[in-house]
This record gives sequence, structure tokens and C-alpha cells, in this order.
Amino acid sequence: MSHILSLITFLPLVGVAAIVLSRGSASNARWIALITTIVEFALSLVLWFNFDGHSAAFQFVEQASWFAPGIGYHMGVDGISMLFVVLTCGLMPFCILASWESIESRVDEYMIAFLALQTMMIGVFTALDLVLFYIFFEAGLIPMFLIIGVWGGKRRIYASFKFFLYTLLGSVLMLLAILAMYYAAGTTDIPTLLHFHFDPKLQIFLWLAFFASFAVKMPMWPVHTWLPDAHVEAPTAGSVILAGILLKMGGYGFLRFSLPMFASASVTFAPLVFVLSIVAIIYTSLVALAQEDIKKLIAYSSVAHMGFVTMGLFTLTQQGVDGGIFQMLSHGVVSGALFLCVGVIYDRMHTREIAAYGGLVNRMPVYAACFMIFTLANVGLPGTGGFVGEFMTMLGAFAANTWVAIFAATGVILSAAYALFLYRRVVFGELVKPALQTIQDLSAREVAILAPLVVITILMGVYPKPVFDVTSASVAALLDQNKASVALDRAPPKLAQETVK
Amino acid sequence: MTLSSDVMVLLPELMLAIGAMVLLILGVTQGDKSTGLLSWLAIAVLAAAGWVVFSHNTPASAFAGAFVVDGFARFTKLLILIGSAFCILMAREFFEHEGNARFELPVVMLLATLGMLLMVSASSFIALYMGLELQSLALYVLAAFNRDSLRSTEAGLKYFVLGALSSGMLLYGISLIYGFTGSTEFAVLAQVTAHSGANLGLIFGLVFLVAGLAFKVGAVPFHMWTPDVYEGSPTPVTAFFVTAAKVAAFALFIRAVLAPFPALMHQWQQIVIAVSVLSVVLGAIAAIGQTNIKRLLAYSSIGHVGYALLGLAAGTEAGIQGMLFYLAYYLLTNLGMFACVLAMRRGGEPVEDIRELAGLSRTQPWLAFAMGVLVFSLAGLPPLAGFAGKFLVFGAAMQAHLVVPAVVNVVASVIGAFYYLRIIQIMYFNEPAPRFDAGIGTGTYAVMWGSGVISLFFFIVPAPLILAAGTAAHSLFP
Repeated sequence: MSHILSLITFLPLVGVAAIVLSRGSASNARWIALITTIVEFALSLVLWFNFDGHSAAFQFVEQASWFAPGIGYHMGVDGISMLFVVLTCGLMPFCILASWESIESRVDEYMIAFLALQTMMIGVFTALDLVLFYIFFEAGLIPMFLIIGVWGGKRRIYASFKFFLYTLLGSVLMLLAILAMYYAAGTTDIPTLLHFHFDPKLQIFLWLAFFASFAVKMPMWPVHTWLPDAHVEAPTAGSVILAGILLKMGGYGFLRFSLPMFASASVTFAPLVFVLSIVAIIYTSLVALAQEDIKKLIAYSSVAHMGFVTMGLFTLTQQGVDGGIFQMLSHGVVSGALFLCVGVIYDRMHTREIAAYGGLVNRMPVYAACFMIFTLANVGLPGTGGFVGEFMTMLGAFAANTWVAIFAATGVILSAAYALFLYRRVVFGELVKPALQTIQDLSAREVAILAPLVVITILMGVYPKPVFDVTSASVAALLDQNKASVALDRAPPKLAQETVK
Repeated sequence: MTLSSDVMVLLPELMLAIGAMVLLILGVTQGDKSTGLLSWLAIAVLAAAGWVVFSHNTPASAFAGAFVVDGFARFTKLLILIGSAFCILMAREFFEHEGNARFELPVVMLLATLGMLLMVSASSFIALYMGLELQSLALYVLAAFNRDSLRSTEAGLKYFVLGALSSGMLLYGISLIYGFTGSTEFAVLAQVTAHSGANLGLIFGLVFLVAGLAFKVGAVPFHMWTPDVYEGSPTPVTAFFVTAAKVAAFALFIRAVLAPFPALMHQWQQIVIAVSVLSVVLGAIAAIGQTNIKRLLAYSSIGHVGYALLGLAAGTEAGIQGMLFYLAYYLLTNLGMFACVLAMRRGGEPVEDIRELAGLSRTQPWLAFAMGVLVFSLAGLPPLAGFAGKFLVFGAAMQAHLVVPAVVNVVASVIGAFYYLRIIQIMYFNEPAPRFDAGIGTGTYAVMWGSGVISLFFFIVPAPLILAAGTAAHSLFP
């Protein structure tokens, strides 16, 4: 048990080695990748069952000296990161399965890229050292760049470059902030930094630098423009990972660094985040209404949903933050599932244009049912995973600022509009297009992919308690930490000095 | 100090000098067919000198303090010897392939290396200049080594003219400094300037000195020679310029401003900051338009010079540590990178256009992978070794409160990432071009793989090299 986090993080690289040694056979590569990701998923469940939700402390901690004094190899999970590890490990087998037939060329390299990406993604959530975190955070760009660029659509080169350079620009500013923190605190150890009090003036700059990185990653309006391009051009599984995991790194970053470490700066900038979140929710929902491409529509809806997340996190209330985490998890499942649904019809028709479809329910009833559930979850219908997160973030927003909650609520209506409009155009109506006359319903493999996701979506909606059992204690500790740190800055200078002593 | 103890301090240099002369006699008597043997002997001499450098761990000085051996010299000398040895290894295979192997090559490279070692250890401006000129003259010859090629002779001539100009500036600066302080010894200068502070004449001398040094490392605005010389010289020679010669020039730069002028730091720091920022920005932007891989790497090297100089601009022990680490990583990665360039041959001819790499990941996946790792490492992306270099250098800059130069440099590094990504794009995304020739030579492949593997797995055990750079930097800050 003592090295389980390192095992989970680096096991995919063993899969990479196995694929390299298996000498380029496509079916070997597929099976090795599938087995590796399933073992990973099982390990992540073991981790979850052994996780103590009553404690806000980091668990399964591993520590070793590594880079330089104060910069060590330090791994661990708490209630905030725990479920992201499960989400990552849970989505990966679906990605491999979704690519089983749709990826025909360079299968071994594809699987290698995905497994390498998995290591980087898990590492982001398990690293307890800023430098280690940064390495995982940025290294994930390389496999994703290759996945979009090699196996993507027509404008893949443009999309991959845009994705890479946008994200890199955000990250390098964060790197400078990390260095400034290292010299201010003498360490990059995250648990130590959580209790280190940065000078309020320095906090402003640090917050902005971290914000540059996480806002691009989330993505928040107006730096979201890389996302629709990346989503449209990426292969199905790439879109699933992008929407399901990579976007969550931004929200995780806010939770792990911005809120507790730069507490008063977070309070100062909360109105800015609220405004950007509301613009994202309303503006990108409107943009989504006008889309002709299914993937682009879902991409814009992701931006809107991430708006709820940032809004919830910066309310700095228990409901808001819990809701933000829940929203990220449910969006990870639901948007991933929606992209898989798009992948299903794309594999058959090789187009993502909404106008090319219509009346699919007549020939694909099972598909229509699955797509319906995910669409409704995306809208946030009660009884699905999407509802709980949206509701709680708005509850938090209501407590923090009524106007924010009111604007966000209009976004819910808009999301119903674009999602149902999409569904009507693709699934309902007469089946008149000649190309669609022979379209086949879901294969056994596709049912095996979508059915578990349907179950999880509904389970999250009717019984969200297991999630909150894990997150609540850590979120409460985070908020306490935030409040204490803000109080320290707001106290009269003399008093503040005494408190420090 | 007796002569014999001075000689002992100078042992590695003497080994190279005697070795070069013996090899020359051998070459003259045996002719060009002995080039392979001479190359191996030269590598053996370098290895032996490296062992002597490595095993003599105690600081010492010779010739009344004009020549010092300290941790800094030891670290950079080892880098130079490693770089030279592998360049000779690759040069042997390259020129055999080209069918114009000549015995002078290993001899001249040994002499250049000797000059570099002397430069690194020089502790007075006279000794410094002697070492620098020995190195420079050898390098001019090397640049024009393909004497029947127009490009190569042009490169040699250009390098000679501009190199002579920069040496002149350097010498002029040194003479001004001597005139205003009365000494060329670094230790004396440090005392005098600490006492007297800056005066106008001294600052003039310092500016000329730094300009000359910036010329030697190839920093903007004194960079114009690098793309032409790097493109025109035979590829293994270019590798030698980029690796060993660059490290030596940097070591010279560090010692020549830090040892004699710690008191004038505010004066030279401004120049170094400006040069650093300009180099990074120009290197990043100018490289975007390049299609010749050697020119592209030349502009990339201008950018890297800028990053490394940021460590010097910080002027702290952490800055020099970061810079020395940066040089080590830079040397290592470029050895591999040029091994990849050497592997770009089709139909018996070297090709240099980056579009020739199209679809390499499908025709020669392992070559593409090695090159991809090295390119990403040069771009400074984690988890490759290049990231550690950037991390340490930027860290030192942040510690020294050089926030604005650091921000400009990281933003430029994102612009620079574009042209590195373009190489990846050509290799991985584009439709394949015909295969490259196989069998470039085991030595070249070994260099490529060694460099690639170290870049890839560096972060598993990063501490030893960083600590070694730290120890070396510490010796400059007694």
C-alpha cells in the first residue's frame, strides 16, 4: 500500500514499454493498452475504498529527495484530488475501447501516446510538490499535441499548434510564479506551502500568474478559443480526454493553489472570476446555439459548464466548492459520453455536421436513448449527475452574490435550448437523408462503452453522497485555511505581526 | 612556486599539447590513411586528460596566479573534453563517408581544445587572450576544412574576419582596463575596482570587453556570423562550434566579468541583461523562417545563449550554477542533435532542408523518436532535461529580482516553441519522404542514443549534475 500512488501514476509507462517490446502489432497494442487501463481503474478503486473521507490530511503519502533542497518527490491525495484520479482511470478504458476500430493507422504509437498521457494526468492530481506538479502538467501537452496532430481531422495541424502554444504560454507564467514562491518560501512542497503565508502584494502577482495558466486550461472566456478547434480536430478519444480530464486540471489548480495559498488575492479577484464565469455561461451558450458542427457545439457547452465550476469555486462556500468539484466530475463523465456518442455516428457517416443527420431514432433507438440521457444530464435535469453540481454551485453563488446566481440561472435555460435543439435536429424528425437509410444501431462494443456511463450518470444524480463523503472534509479544511489566511491579511498590522510570532 | 609544481597544475593541457604534436608527426609520416587511427588516439588523449582533470580535485594556481584550477575550471574543462571527444568521433565517420578524411582534423581539434582549456583556467587577461587566440585560429581552419567547398571556405573566411574584429575589440577593452587600473591580473583587478569603483575609462574598457565576449558566444547584437558559419562549416565541425567551443566561450565570459569585476556588477549586469533578452527574442523569431536545419539550430543556439546569459545577469551563485547546468545540458543535447543531422543523408549526400524530414516517424521511427526527444528538450519542455536548465536559470533570475527580463524570456520561449514544434510536425504529421541512408556509423548513432536517453530519463535522478554545477559555481564565490 505504501507505494500505491507511484504505482498508479507510472504503471501506464510499463504498458508503453510492453507495446514497444511487442514490435508494432496493432492488436497487441490495443490489448496491452486496454489491460493496462483496466488494471489502473481497479487500482484507483482500491485507492478509493482505502481512502479515509473523514480526514482532510493527505493520504498514501510518499516522499523522497529528488531535485534540489526543498524540491522533492512527494506524492499524496486528499479529498480534492482523490476522485479526479478515479475519474482519469475510469475514463481511460472507454477511450481505448472507443479507438478500437476507429483508429486504423499507427495504432501502437496511438496507444503509447494515450498511456503516456495517462501517467501525466494522474501525476498532476497526485503530485504534492509544485515542480513535480508542473512537470506533469506541462508534459501532458506533448502526447496530446501528437494525438491531435497525427490522428486528427483536416485542420489538425492548426488545431494542435494552437492548443500547444496557448497552453504553454499560460504555463510558463505559472513557472515563474512557482520560482518566486520557491525563493519566498524556500520550498515547493505543497503541504508546507498550504500553511505558508505569502505577502499580500506578492499574492496578487502569484495569483495572476497561476490564473493565466488555469484560465487557459479550464478554459475561461476569453481564452477559450483553442478548445473548439482542438475538440473538432481531435479523434473521439482525444476529445473525451480533453473534455473529461484536461479541462479539470484548471479547476483542480484553482482548488489546490489559488484558493488556499493566495487567499486574500482570491477574495480580491473573485468578482473578476464571477464576471468571466457569467460571460462564459451566457455568451458561449449563445455561441453554441449557432453551431453547425456537433463537436463544436459540445465544446462550447463545455466552456459554459466550466463557467459554473469557476463560479462555484470562487464563492468560497462549502456548497459552492463541493458543487464545483461535483460539477467537474459529472461533466467529465457526461461530456466524455457525449463525445463518445458523436464518435459513434462519426464512425458511420464520417461527418460531424448537424445538417447531415436527422431522424436517427428511427434506425437507432438504443443510441437515441443513450444520447437522450447524456443530453439531459448536460442540461442539468434533476436525477442526472449534471443537476447536482449546477444546483450546488448556484446555491453557493446565491449565498455569495444574488446577481451572480440570477445570471447563472439564465445560462441553465440557454443550455437546455442548445442541447435539446441539437438533439431534435440529429435524432428526431423524419429519416429523409438517403445516406442514413442503412445506418446501424449500436454494436455490442459500443453498448459496452455507453451502458456503464449511463449507469454512472444516473447514479451520480440520485445518490451523490459517496462523492461528498470524500470531498467534504478536505473542502472544509481548505475553506478554513482560506478564511484564516484572509483574516491574517485584514488584521491591523500590529496584530498581524503578533499572530505571525 | 617551483616550475615542477606549476607543470603539475598544467598537466592536462601539457598532455593535449604533447599529444597534438605526436599525432602531427604520426600524421605527416603516415599520411591521410592514418586519420582513423589518429582520431582514436586523439580521443584517448582527451580521455586521459579528462581523467587527470577529474581526479585533481584541489584548487591550485600556477605562473604567479595567471593560471588557476578550481571547481569552475574543472567542471567546464570536463564538458569541453567530452564535447571534443564526441565531435572527433563523429567527424571521423562523417569525413570517411564523404571520402575526404585528412589527418589534420583530429590534430587541429586537439589544438583548439587545448586553447579552450587554457581559456577556462586563465586568471589574467594576457593568459586569457593567448588561450582564446589559440582556440580561435584552430577554429578558423576547421570552419574552412572542406577546402574545395565554396560554402565552407566562405564560412572560414567570414569567421576569421569577424573573429579577428571581435578579438580586436576584446584586446582594446583589455588595454583600456590595463591603462586605467594598472593590471591584467584578475585578483588584482578585483581589489583595485573594489577600492576605486567605476570610472569612465574603466567602463569603456568593460563595454569593449563584454562586446568582444558577446561576439565569441554569439549573442545578439554580435550574432551575425553564427548562422553563416554554422551553415557553411562541415556538420561535425559545426557540432564542435556549438558544443565545446560554446562552453569554452561561456566559461571565459563568466570568469572574465565575474572574477575581476565583482564590484562593477551593476555596470556589466545591464549589458548582459540587454544582450540576454535580445538574443532570446531574436533567436526565437528569426528561427521561424529557417528551412535549413543547421541555420535553424544556429538561431536556436542564439536563443540558448540568451537563456544562459540570464544566469550570468543574475550574478549570483545560483545564477552561475544554473548557467553551468544549462551549458552541460546544452552540450549534451546538441551533440545528439547534430548526430541526428549527420544521419540525414540520402543517396550518399547530406541533406539539410528540414522538409526532408517529412514523415520520418513512419520511415525511421527510432530516429524520429530520438530527434523528437532532443527537439523537445531544446524547447525546454518537461519531462526532458532542457526543462531543468530553464528552471534553474529562470529561478536564479527571479531570485535576483530580474522579473521583467525573465518574463520577456519565457514569453519568447513560447514563440521559440513554434519552430521546434514545426520540426515535430514535419516528422510526425506530414506524409513520408523517402528513407534516409542507413549506416551512418556506430559512433554517431551511439552519440545520438546516449544523448537522447539522458535527455529522456534525466528527471529520474536529476540531483547529481545539479549539485556538481553548484559546487563548480561555488568556487567562483569564495
